[in-house]
Amino acid sequence: MSTQHSRTAARFMIAPATVLLLGWMLIPLCMTLYYSFRRYRLLTPDRTGWVGFRNYENFLTNPAFMDALVNTLVLVLGVLIITVVLGVLLAVLLDQPMFGQGIVRILVIAPFFVMPTVSALVWKNMFMNPVNGLFAYAAKAVGLQPYDFLSQAPLASIIGIVSWQWLPFATLILLTAIQSLDSEQMEAAEMDGASPLSRFWFITLPHLSRAITVVILIQTIFLLSIFAEILVTTNGGPGTASTNLTYLVYAESLLNYDVGEGSAGGVVAIILANIVAIFLMRMIGKNLDA
Amino acid sequence: MGNITLNQITKKFGEVEVIPPLDLQINDGEFVVFVGPSGCGKSTLMRLIAGLEDVTSGNIQIDGRDATETPPAKRGLAMVFQSYALYPHMSVRKNIAFPLRMAGMSKEEQDAKVEAAASVLNLSAYLDRRPGQLSGGQRQRVAIGRAIVREPAAFLFDEPLSNLDAALRVGMRMEISELHKKLATTMIYVTHDQVEAMTMADKIVVLQAGVIEQVGGPLELYHRPRNTFVAGFIGSPKMNLIEGPEAAQHNATTIGIRPEHIGVSTESGTWKGRVGVSEHLGSDTFLHIHDTGLCDLMTVRVSGEMNVHHGDTIYMTPEADKLHRFGPDGLRLD
Repeated sequence: MSTQHSRTAARFMIAPATVLLLGWMLIPLCMTLYYSFRRYRLLTPDRTGWVGFRNYENFLTNPAFMDALVNTLVLVLGVLIITVVLGVLLAVLLDQPMFGQGIVRILVIAPFFVMPTVSALVWKNMFMNPVNGLFAYAAKAVGLQPYDFLSQAPLASIIGIVSWQWLPFATLILLTAIQSLDSEQMEAAEMDGASPLSRFWFITLPHLSRAITVVILIQTIFLLSIFAEILVTTNGGPGTASTNLTYLVYAESLLNYDVGEGSAGGVVAIILANIVAIFLMRMIGKNLDA
Repeated sequence: MGNITLNQITKKFGEVEVIPPLDLQINDGEFVVFVGPSGCGKSTLMRLIAGLEDVTSGNIQIDGRDATETPPAKRGLAMVFQSYALYPHMSVRKNIAFPLRMAGMSKEEQDAKVEAAASVLNLSAYLDRRPGQLSGGQRQRVAIGRAIVREPAAFLFDEPLSNLDAALRVGMRMEISELHKKLATTMIYVTHDQVEAMTMADKIVVLQAGVIEQVGGPLELYHRPRNTFVAGFIGSPKMNLIEGPEAAQHNATTIGIRPEHIGVSTESGTWKGRVGVSEHLGSDTFLHIHDTGLCDLMTVRVSGEMNVHHGDTIYMTPEADKLHRFGPDGLRLD
């Protein structure tokens, strides 16, 4: 890959993929930007024209906006904490030698293969349903009033569902990281008089710091745009109790038929995501340096 | 104090018996080297003493107390691992202080002990670096420092020099020997390199397939190997072992003669052969001799100046009093 000829050939061959990727990203982005400055309501499509920052004003002063912003952050943080903590514990557990290790590991990873809509529907109808759900059945079996998860604690329920989906991912990454821990280090710590708990705290956790960083960064990207789970379970409600930014953009564009304001919301979401990303990189990005 | 006694200890991994019943006495202050070919159970034996593996049967006594069931941290032993096993996210200072911190020692005491250990090992300038920023020899010293601060009853070294380059290895060998003289603590050292064993040990334990073949001082092993295995293993280059009619003449099944105990001449001698490869070391030259009719390949040492070439015919005469005789069971005959 060093001669002039081969470099040219390489560029030539990479070009189609690059062009495709750029188009894929740039065209929707430009259209979103364009619409966000236009009047574009689906009920009155004939009345068009530039409106300046009106769409942004409407979106940011929408009473649902602050709720959606807080919900988005709570959702991301909640899922991150649950998946990282449980993921580390599960990884430590799965690293122990046991009978049927291979099968157990595949089972643990299984939730990741279920589509978000499907898994959310399974949780909604088979577990959390206050009449027919398993949780309701269990509550009744011990003489308690069934709890209507999705209307009493909608955001917490969604955090639970999403955590269940993402736990396998965290576990998988952390498990591979644990397996790369030098066993002699553990033995050295054992000889140095470290209890199992301090071995976990002083040796395992620092060793996992980089993997945990990767899990947090990747999950944040996907968790900021959670949508399907909310759509099929709570529809963002009751009220705006489980509406996040993505869902609010959807609601504005397609439920209130205001594509212009929806586009403005999309741009706001992009900016917020970047702010979160900068904070994340500042806080934990240094772990990624060798 | 650091007396260690192994009584009839055995170790099985599943059905495989790695160490058949074995007895060994290690006295306080001794430098004991376990040496043997790869897979002979020498590392396993050390890990049994350390407590990182459980013995299948038998018992281990440290300073007269039964330590068979004692967890590793409570045995009062410190170990230096082959990979050094330094904690990569901690500074050198924290690495060395780790066992003290785990023992709940106060910060001032920790600092004092770390400084003391660092000055013994010439590490004072590197205390705030991470292990990743150190050279192999420095990492080695940090690992030793972490062992020293615990003031153990005995040190265990598991092939500590195998990751160093040849020049550094010789240097570290001397440093560890110096350290042993200074601390006068029992040291147990595992290696597959018989040169390390010969140069460092007070007492060498030669192991093969988990069985102790011989225990003794370096020169005892060199001059009076107990059987053909020890004879072939100790000494570099290897002793020439000759079977058949030539051995029968000396009333033995096998006779052994070291390359340095054979006189060489181009005119006459007891044995005749053809010169193969010559290994020139400068001071000495080792000649590989073929077609002697005694054994496949014979090695002899000649002075560096001797002028022989590939294919030359050569005559050899063993020094009669340096001949080792072994019986049909491989044991030494006297």
